[in-house]
Amino acid sequence: MQRYSLAALLRHGLNGHRGWQANWGVEQPQASYDAIVIGGGGHGLATAYYLAENHGLRRVAVLEKGWIGGGNTGRNTTIIRSNYLFPESAAFYDFSVKLYEKLSRTLNYNIMFSQRGMILLAHSRHDMENVSRWASAMHLNGIDAEILDAARVKKLVPIIDASPSARIPIYGGMNQPRGGSARHDAVAWGYARAAAARGVDIVQNCEVLGFETAAGRISGVVTSKGTIAAPKVAIAVAGHSSALAAKAGIELPVNSYALQAFVSEPVKPMLDTVVLSPATGMYFSQSDKGELVIGGGLDLYASYAQRGNFPTVEKTVAAMVDMFPSVGRLRFMRQWAGIVDVVHDSSPIIDRTSVPGLYINCGWGTGGFKAIPAGGWTFAHTIAHDDPHPLAKPFGFARFTSGAMIDEAAAAGIAH
Amino acid sequence: MLLLDCPFCGVRPEIEFACGGRSHVQRPGPPEQVSDEQWSAYLFFQPNPKGLLRERWRHVVGCGLWFNVERDTVTHAVTQVYEMGAAPAETTP
Ligand SMILES: Cc1cc2nc3c(=O)[nH]c(=O)nc-3n(C[C@H](O)[C@H](O)[C@H](O)COP(=O)(O)OP(=O)(O)OC[C@H]3O[C@@H](n4cnc5c(N)ncnc54)[C@H](O)[C@@H]3O)c2cc1C
Ligand SMILES: [Zn+2]
Repeated sequence: MQRYSLAALLRHGLNGHRGWQANWGVEQPQASYDAIVIGGGGHGLATAYYLAENHGLRRVAVLEKGWIGGGNTGRNTTIIRSNYLFPESAAFYDFSVKLYEKLSRTLNYNIMFSQRGMILLAHSRHDMENVSRWASAMHLNGIDAEILDAARVKKLVPIIDASPSARIPIYGGMNQPRGGSARHDAVAWGYARAAAARGVDIVQNCEVLGFETAAGRISGVVTSKGTIAAPKVAIAVAGHSSALAAKAGIELPVNSYALQAFVSEPVKPMLDTVVLSPATGMYFSQSDKGELVIGGGLDLYASYAQRGNFPTVEKTVAAMVDMFPSVGRLRFMRQWAGIVDVVHDSSPIIDRTSVPGLYINCGWGTGGFKAIPAGGWTFAHTIAHDDPHPLAKPFGFARFTSGAMIDEAAAAGIAH
Repeated sequence: MLLLDCPFCGVRPEIEFACGGRSHVQRPGPPEQVSDEQWSAYLFFQPNPKGLLRERWRHVVGCGLWFNVERDTVTHAVTQVYEMGAAPAETTP
């Protein structure tokens, strides 16, 4: 791997930038691997990287049906936070934030993690009570959070309409100062480059069509580029998990929905944090290019169409224009959707499956970008040891029969 | 915008409706004879097809009644609408 540094940039600059090498990718997969990861999103790529880096597996392939990062990883609004309510989630997501804090150095790739804080708005007395419960739960789990009054929200977010006549009143909120955003493509590319440097084959345009078994165990996959043998196969395909797992005869407790995002034309700096209004589902941040990156709630019916419908756009924009009147005349540049894999308790699944040698990482729903480092780390451990990583253990299939759900959706009202 | 044909009110835009999820999910019973695995299958492990799905919708801001819709989850094309308690027509995909 060519290391990136200021010196390297200068050296290559003097040669007209003709000396840079391709970072990843092989056209044809080999006939067999020690482990195959299906899905070249953040979770699949991070899993392959940690399989090589933490567990010493060298003959690993990532099979991606399109291009790496072309699924939800490249479609998400990149909010990173660990403001969860329950100890299991707090431990998991804060581990992820801590890995993110070091990731640019770990991967020698600038993922542009900006810990600009993440502010949740409270629009009523009841919201304020909820926010104080929430912040207190975080404190008990050892995660920093501050409760904000309305004046402080106004100070941190000057463009907000916090006047007494505001249609959506601002009572205060909560801030997680270590929250923020990172560059989505860079997370995918950084993991891909570091994995490839450790011998992982990244094969794009390679769709997995089915599974092969021998004596009740997984023995390989059938792909659009031929059949490939492997004693361990790991699924990380987000919204397409149900469709793919069904080919191995496995049913999942997952529902697929479309989640949309929008980007405005670029403007001068107007917001240096992330704001989220759980009551309206609207949230946004400003990218380094100056665009407002805006998200909303789910289109609330099952969908595998990678496009959203207009009512969600309208609802999101209406809330935004009410709270931030100065954005009212901005134009949208782009709108898109990704298919997210939602589980009943809004918590992920990282586990073995009923087919020995077949593993799954899914259920990230609307919030799995922040979880990519921890998801990859714990999934790689689960695959290498054929036993769930301690942080991932609560997130297994057993909870759907034992009833030990980690019900973050109901408890925390987390919108994404 | 999805357009749904309420059997009672006619064609209306999706903002008038709420989706209630899959239809024809049978509750197992009697309760004392149902195992944890059966409850789990009933509550959580239901098909999530990429293709035809039969689901319940409610005309929330219209007649307030529930009805069934068969819809393709990729194209969003509605292939049939039928009342609660009725059996769907067999679909030729
Ligand atoms: C609009 C939107 C906004 C979001 N905002 C946030 C946010 O602010 N913060 C946050 O933390 N999360 C957010 N998320 C969620 C986050 O994007 C996802 O949870 C996360 O990216 C999932 O990563 P993944 O690697 O599991 O899936 P993906 O990135 O979707 O990767 C899965 C890959 O599998 C491939 N694949 C599928 N089937 C096959 C097959 N048969 N063979 C081979 N390859 C296959 C796909 O092409 C895809 O590239 C958002 C999601 C969306 C859609
Ligand atoms: Zn009606």
